[in-house]
Amino acid sequence: MEIFHNLIIGFEVAVNPINVLYCFIGVILGTLIGVLPGIGPIATIAMLLPITFNLNPVAALIMLAGIYYGAQYGGSTTAILVNIPGESSSVVTCLDGYQMARQGRAGPALAIAALGSFFAGCVATLVIAVAAPPLAEVALKFGPSEYFSLMVFGLIAATVLAHGSLIKAIAMVIWGLLLGIIGTDVNSGVLRFTFDIPELSDGIGFVIVAMGMFGTAEIISNLELKDKREVFATKVTHLYPTKQDLKDSWAAVLRGTALGSALGILPGGGALLASFGAYTLEKKVSKHPEKFGKGAIQGVAGPESANNAGAQTSFIPMLTLGIPSNAVMALMIGALMIQGIAPGPQVMNEKPQLFWGLIVSMWVGNLMLVVLNLPMIGMWVKLLTVPYRFLFPSILVFMAIGVFSLSNNAFDVLIMGVFGILGYVCVKLECEPAPMILGFILGPLMEENLRRAMLLSRGDPLVFFTKPISLGFMVASAILLVIVALPAIRKKREEVFVED
Amino acid sequence: MKIKSPKDFWSGIMFAGFGLFFMLWSLEHYQMGTAVRMGPGYFPAVLGGLLTVLGLIVLAGGLAVQGPAVPQFHFRPLLFISVGVVLYGYLMKPLGLVGATAALVYVSAYGGHEFKWKEVTILYVILFVFSWLVFVKGLTLPFPIWPAPFE
Repeated sequence: MEIFHNLIIGFEVAVNPINVLYCFIGVILGTLIGVLPGIGPIATIAMLLPITFNLNPVAALIMLAGIYYGAQYGGSTTAILVNIPGESSSVVTCLDGYQMARQGRAGPALAIAALGSFFAGCVATLVIAVAAPPLAEVALKFGPSEYFSLMVFGLIAATVLAHGSLIKAIAMVIWGLLLGIIGTDVNSGVLRFTFDIPELSDGIGFVIVAMGMFGTAEIISNLELKDKREVFATKVTHLYPTKQDLKDSWAAVLRGTALGSALGILPGGGALLASFGAYTLEKKVSKHPEKFGKGAIQGVAGPESANNAGAQTSFIPMLTLGIPSNAVMALMIGALMIQGIAPGPQVMNEKPQLFWGLIVSMWVGNLMLVVLNLPMIGMWVKLLTVPYRFLFPSILVFMAIGVFSLSNNAFDVLIMGVFGILGYVCVKLECEPAPMILGFILGPLMEENLRRAMLLSRGDPLVFFTKPISLGFMVASAILLVIVALPAIRKKREEVFVED
Repeated sequence: MKIKSPKDFWSGIMFAGFGLFFMLWSLEHYQMGTAVRMGPGYFPAVLGGLLTVLGLIVLAGGLAVQGPAVPQFHFRPLLFISVGVVLYGYLMKPLGLVGATAALVYVSAYGGHEFKWKEVTILYVILFVFSWLVFVKGLTLPFPIWPAPFE
């Protein structure tokens, strides 16, 4: 069996002491920032990106991946104990998790969240191992027209899955695409939209945009609220769930894992969408939907399993197609490029150690998380008592260091500040930044593939509809748009996101 | 004309404004080329046009359909956080890590709810020492530590 052979290669890499150490650093950091509201995996990975230059590629990716799925664990701890989602993907965990804590059942809620996440992590690791090779095989046959159509599909999916108005989300994507092409045009060498500023000739760094839109903008929004945080259950007793708890939640864990794995693969998907979807699903299938919001353990088990599964399977399009499905994956691609590795389907064949090592390390990391986190919950809770007025200047210092170190240039920091203001305005106007970031990353890639496809077809735009794979993506995009435009679905879509 | 949904109205203005700018600028300054050989202006001009149209649709919606008001802007954090961050970048070379960190910590902390000199000073010292040891010593980032004349 080839898959076992591959997993053994991966295992050898993943248990290498150095890699275990970086995996450990990654998951601990991930849990830490997951626990702390106001700083997420995007800003953290962006901060560490320049530093990974000095690491070997495998260790770097293992650590960064650990931050992403580690954050899913940490986020749920805060949601359950303090009713504040440490991570946006744990928003729904607050609903029932906090209620459980108020009923004195914080322990079982935390344990089920951790065990469900662990189970989901194991399954998602296997899903990646099984699904990635055939996908990469197909992707090797992709030409420019297929890539272009795939990106169109990805961007449309991202807008459909964003909350709020669909038109605004599409506008944000296009705005992102436009900002993405600032810099030197690779085909003609013309400087576009650089306004004679030399620093802009290489374009705006994606990390800088992400840190501004997600980092400083978020801090500014947080400072509007009064600094008031009550830690509810400082003492967590009875960590172990009862037999009844396990009986109630195993099916929810299975459903959450399945749904999360599927939604994670979709472009624009990932942990956030998976958790919202799973909560809605649990409420639907439950015989006692009235218990939801009042401490139903299924309402913790389902979304928590789903967000971890989704976080991991969102690596599939990144690893096999070289296309990021969300902002975190875009940063992973950035990490690969820093190491001089061109992302795409060839990575699996050319760097099996990297590919399989990363996958198996996710399983190792999940194991560490479940073993370490349950006993360490007390420590994480204590961290939450650190007031925000100490946290936010610290976060700003680390972000500024990260951005400045990219090229030792004050201009980058200025751009981050500008995007921070822009991000704040977007929050106020209810324009989601996530689709914009995705557009920003894909801008140059899309233009390049469009140009190539049109050149090959001698200017015939029908090329996107005559090749079968490309046609498939285009049809799928059209179907998605039509579905969302239907009034019934539109209402449903709004409901899902109003849950918070 | 009455603005019924200010959020949509202003979003529409923002999108249409940026779209129009990108479109006109590309039409003015870059070669369009043809569909077979696209020039550098082709892609941004088309996208800019598209963004303008979408912006106008959102704007029209803001005039037609009732919607929520734009929540109040809080200028204090907005101003102090942004200025603090930018100061960090521009003070790094002349004043070194010690000065840049001070500017960022004091200015941004002033944008928060309460500002106590003592607390912020302790925080500043911790953050400066931590950045020095971890980022400059440990990860060997080439930042100057002290102001330029003392380096």
